[in-house]
Amino acid sequence: MTDAAANTPRKKSSIYATDANTKKRNAREARFRAFGLTAIGIGIAALVFLVVSIVGNGYNAFRQTYITIPVELAEQRLDPAGNRDPAEMARVTTFGYAPLLAQALQQHLQAEGIPMDGVNPRDLMAMISQEAPAQVRAMVLANPEIVGQTITLEMLAGGRIDGYFKNRVTLESAERDSNVSPAQLMLAEAMAAAGIIDTRFNWRFITGPDASGQRPEAAGLGVAILGSLYMMLVVLVLALPIGVAASIYLEEFAPQNRFTDIIEVNISNLAAVPSIVFGILGLAIFINFAGLPQSAPIVGGLVLTLMTLPTIIIATRAALRAVPPSIRDAALGLGASKMQAVFHHVLPLAMPGILTGTIIGLAQALGETAPLLLIGMVAFVREFPDAPPEGLFDPTSALPVQVFNWTQRSDPAFVERASGATIVLLVFLVCMNLLAVMLRRRFERRW
Amino acid sequence: MSFAKLTVSTLAVAAVSATGAFAQGRENVQIAGSSTVLPYATIVAEAFGENFDFPTPVVESGGSSTGLRRFCEGVGENTTDIANSSRPIRDSEIATCAENGVTDIIEVRIGYDGIVFASDINGNSFEFTPSDWYMALAAELPVDGALVANGNTTWADVNDAFPAQEIAAFIPGTRHGTREVFDEKVILQGCEDTGAFDAIMEINGGDEDAAEETCMAIRGDGVSVDIDGDYTETLARISANPEGIGVFGLAFYQNNTDTLQVATMNGVVPTVESIATGEYPVSRPLFFYIKAAHLDVIPGLQEYADFFISDDIAGPWGPLAAYGLVSDPELAETQATVVNRITMGSM
Repeated sequence: MTDAAANTPRKKSSIYATDANTKKRNAREARFRAFGLTAIGIGIAALVFLVVSIVGNGYNAFRQTYITIPVELAEQRLDPAGNRDPAEMARVTTFGYAPLLAQALQQHLQAEGIPMDGVNPRDLMAMISQEAPAQVRAMVLANPEIVGQTITLEMLAGGRIDGYFKNRVTLESAERDSNVSPAQLMLAEAMAAAGIIDTRFNWRFITGPDASGQRPEAAGLGVAILGSLYMMLVVLVLALPIGVAASIYLEEFAPQNRFTDIIEVNISNLAAVPSIVFGILGLAIFINFAGLPQSAPIVGGLVLTLMTLPTIIIATRAALRAVPPSIRDAALGLGASKMQAVFHHVLPLAMPGILTGTIIGLAQALGETAPLLLIGMVAFVREFPDAPPEGLFDPTSALPVQVFNWTQRSDPAFVERASGATIVLLVFLVCMNLLAVMLRRRFERRW
Repeated sequence: MSFAKLTVSTLAVAAVSATGAFAQGRENVQIAGSSTVLPYATIVAEAFGENFDFPTPVVESGGSSTGLRRFCEGVGENTTDIANSSRPIRDSEIATCAENGVTDIIEVRIGYDGIVFASDINGNSFEFTPSDWYMALAAELPVDGALVANGNTTWADVNDAFPAQEIAAFIPGTRHGTREVFDEKVILQGCEDTGAFDAIMEINGGDEDAAEETCMAIRGDGVSVDIDGDYTETLARISANPEGIGVFGLAFYQNNTDTLQVATMNGVVPTVESIATGEYPVSRPLFFYIKAAHLDVIPGLQEYADFFISDDIAGPWGPLAAYGLVSDPELAETQATVVNRITMGSM
């Protein structure tokens, strides 16, 4: 207590009874805490809502309904010439294979004694996915010797039948649906009871290529996952060395002058440029000027590299700056050259921070669609790319692009596919962020 | 240390493999354009990849105008081979194409697409005429020799036969080819049918172009909402607002008959048949355009085009018709055009 305080007449107060002023301050603090809790609550509620709606819509994409029946690969239909020459057999298109499967299903149902009330052969064909004829044709052309044999075939059920087993299609909705009839669903129910139809885990969704709007049941993420991986590879290989080299130079070697100031301001600005701008740039430079192919992951990777570079440079510079000057001074004092001090001492200590920044930059790039729009990657791609480096020039799609594409399809079955793809994308992002957290926890040093 | 080396060597590897890839040339057909044609193009691309030894073509959407602009960027492997379009190519676009060296273009009409009006399946059903839509959506209506702002708020205001349901229309945005058809075949038609066109001509002193523009001006007071996304967005808007009525493609409606009911137009229910006969008034042809200079350069381009319009695919019993495309009665002529590579202008 100072003299001045002692001189002023003070209201008598006790630490047992809180006065008005203290009450007010305590109330203010309580209010602030309540606000904070509310904010967190709203955030968590939004997150839970998002995750529940995505998982609720999407978990069904990981299960798929299959029909398993014996199919006789009739020679007169598949190999009319009878010489097993794949070149001649290729003349029978998938349109020739479709009736074969419908017939096989009909025969099997008759043999099993399952009644087909109100289901004509055309409806029966509609219960099998249009992917199935293509599957059988590829099988027969790869191994012509199986013609004439009866094989047990596992094929996808049509989208609406699949929907019935996932409760997306009901008998009431089928009443109004022009693509499926209640009779077909009743038949499917009987087939499930007889063990011909079953629903199980769907690897195809993760490994298979995209499919057209007529066969949502066959659509998969394989090409998109590969495309995203290739792009991330390009980004990692280009952005990490360029970004780290630029940061080291700017942080450790560059003189402090107006020129480096301008560069610094520009890097910070670039980090905030809308990503579509990088797409426009990519179209102009990489496709129109450099003549790289469209829809190729190399172009996507280069565009995303440009987009990620500022993030990596900013993170790397922060990591370098966090290494205390005493480390540099000690190295220099022992006679190390500046470069030795940086590469032998500063950089290893800054590495966890650099890697964290890089992974976060990659995760950000993984979720981007806008810059890919202009370079032709928002596309329907069914061919798997080759292995890198040639594969980097083959057309592919990307994970967020696949989500975008599927939400635009007219068949309601694609809603579940889009949510399923979102789940896969989220899993990828969570893994990357976990890796970043782990690296930081494990290697980071504090001074 | 090795960072600089790494950078240089990566760039070198990238450059070397780039030249390697170019030496091979592009192997797949590259297609871009209308989102209305997209589902049909993907169905054909998929079947093409399955039945031929060529790789599956890559199909992008983005809209008719974007597709044609990219198509007209020039000739070469890094430009598209085919532009899908839900409207005929414009003269200005042909001129741009010619400037960039794309002189030989083959126009392929694949069939017709119906435009339907659909609402929530549990709501009221409607029997529209173009006049109803004009009265509901025009920005200004001619009343007693002057143009006044459209004051209709419920469908009963428009037509006594309709229930007193709020007007809430979800129509395609101006970047869609569908909007053009909606404006011309519904709104302008309605404007002429109600006699409003003549009334406007009287008001503005006989300027036909200005009158058409006045007719097709859509009100901006929130009664009509432009949907710039796809039909899935329109569907979502209708689920959120059961009083809403949306504009869809026939194929989209056919895939969602369990949630949507369709309105008749002039008493005709839109079906593949009624559109094929021309009874249902609101339909438009769909096209794709082939860059003739690429025909012998890109493997599979000719085969893809032939396959697309073959009877197996685009005929009345093919998969495209099953999806909702109204097949073209003059398909044989189109097939001849593609086989003989008859370019536009040389006809």
